[in-house]
Amino acid sequence: MKDLFAVVMLLGIYGLLSASFFVAMDAVDVAFTEAAVGAGISTLLMLVVISMTGRREITTRHKPMSALLVVAITGFLLIYGTLDMPYFGSADAPIHGHVAPRYINDSMQEIGVPNIVTSVLASYRAFDTFGEVVVIFTAGIGVLALLSVVRRPEDPEEIAAINDSMHEQHLVIRIVAKILIPFILLFALYVQFHGDFGPGGGFQAGVIFAAAIILYTMLFGLSTARTVINQSFIRLIAAIGVLLYGSVGLATLLSGGNFFDYNVLVNDPIAGQHLGIMLIELGVGCTVAAVMIIIFFSFAARAEMQLNNKKQRQDKDKDKDNKNKEPSSC
Amino acid sequence: MDIVINISSGLCLFIGSFLCLCGGVGMLRFPDFYTRMHAAGVTDTLGSAMILIGLMIISTGFLVFIKLVMILLLGILIGPTTSHVLAKAALHNGLEPLLGHEEDPDTDNKETTS
Repeated sequence: MKDLFAVVMLLGIYGLLSASFFVAMDAVDVAFTEAAVGAGISTLLMLVVISMTGRREITTRHKPMSALLVVAITGFLLIYGTLDMPYFGSADAPIHGHVAPRYINDSMQEIGVPNIVTSVLASYRAFDTFGEVVVIFTAGIGVLALLSVVRRPEDPEEIAAINDSMHEQHLVIRIVAKILIPFILLFALYVQFHGDFGPGGGFQAGVIFAAAIILYTMLFGLSTARTVINQSFIRLIAAIGVLLYGSVGLATLLSGGNFFDYNVLVNDPIAGQHLGIMLIELGVGCTVAAVMIIIFFSFAARAEMQLNNKKQRQDKDKDKDNKNKEPSSC
Repeated sequence: MDIVINISSGLCLFIGSFLCLCGGVGMLRFPDFYTRMHAAGVTDTLGSAMILIGLMIISTGFLVFIKLVMILLLGILIGPTTSHVLAKAALHNGLEPLLGHEEDPDTDNKETTS
């Protein structure tokens, strides 16, 4: 398919479908993450990229037959591999004989959190989750290193003029977004702090929080959003999230326990687990939200710069040729 | 009392599903982008609203009821807005609505489907 916009939309639909598939399999936390990340924010970021690179794929001369062959063989091998897997939900599957019974039977006594997924993610497997957070943080750093542009100081009057002209054009959606954004932020906080009891947690909350900010940025312009959210402050938040997570682990080490053994944080083990899980979820949420905002801001700034350069070049051409050609701004 | 609740909720659910089905048929049958979007918009707001109201009537707990009300409000707010923005973007980018071209059946092949 040559139309990249359609490809991105298909990707989003695929994310949404797999989210519903996860709901049907009773994996609500995974479905939530998939809906927020796979269908929501990654589609959004892809669309921003498309706005920078153009909508059509360049036609390649070679026929991708070898790639098709590789994909077909890999797909066949994967499907062949599933034939050996135990039947879905069968009791003697290896996964049910290993650690799953302990999670299901003992997590309520050991962790005291009703949502087993959260207790596995944030307590039993805290080290893995730490790795995930570091990966997200690294992605944010990578985008910053590759795409960050030095912005010229902007004229506030110019911003106000652009803002006014956009205000006429986007009145309805601006008003609706202004009504909705506080609720989205509130919902993100609910997801963040209710993750112990229901589906949710730091990852989803961070993405939802970032989505609200991104919505604001898309509607009110990058310059306005930057006055609301300080760029260096958001970078600091991204680092603080990872640091908070790591320092919880260090605190448990210094109190005489294992790494991420929250039992030693407070005298009461259950209270310690609650405190530890809340802190690391907060760290995850901060990092994810900040990194998503950073990525979007970098992309948007780069796209804006491209647009400005194009406009300037067109203006220059117009001056040179002295033709009354309209600059095509879309 | 029970039967009244069941029947009214079933009626709402039925109307909602019927509207959703109509929206699907409209998406397939209408000639151009704007009329198709109109069909989709009706599905978004009225169809899902009726289904949610039907679910509200048979909801058991207060919390479930409040959550459904929240979803309904969100849908009523977002659905028309997205339709409006979509139509505006299409018009802004130069997609002409199809106005009274019944005599020329080839025009609907030119429309983009996205």
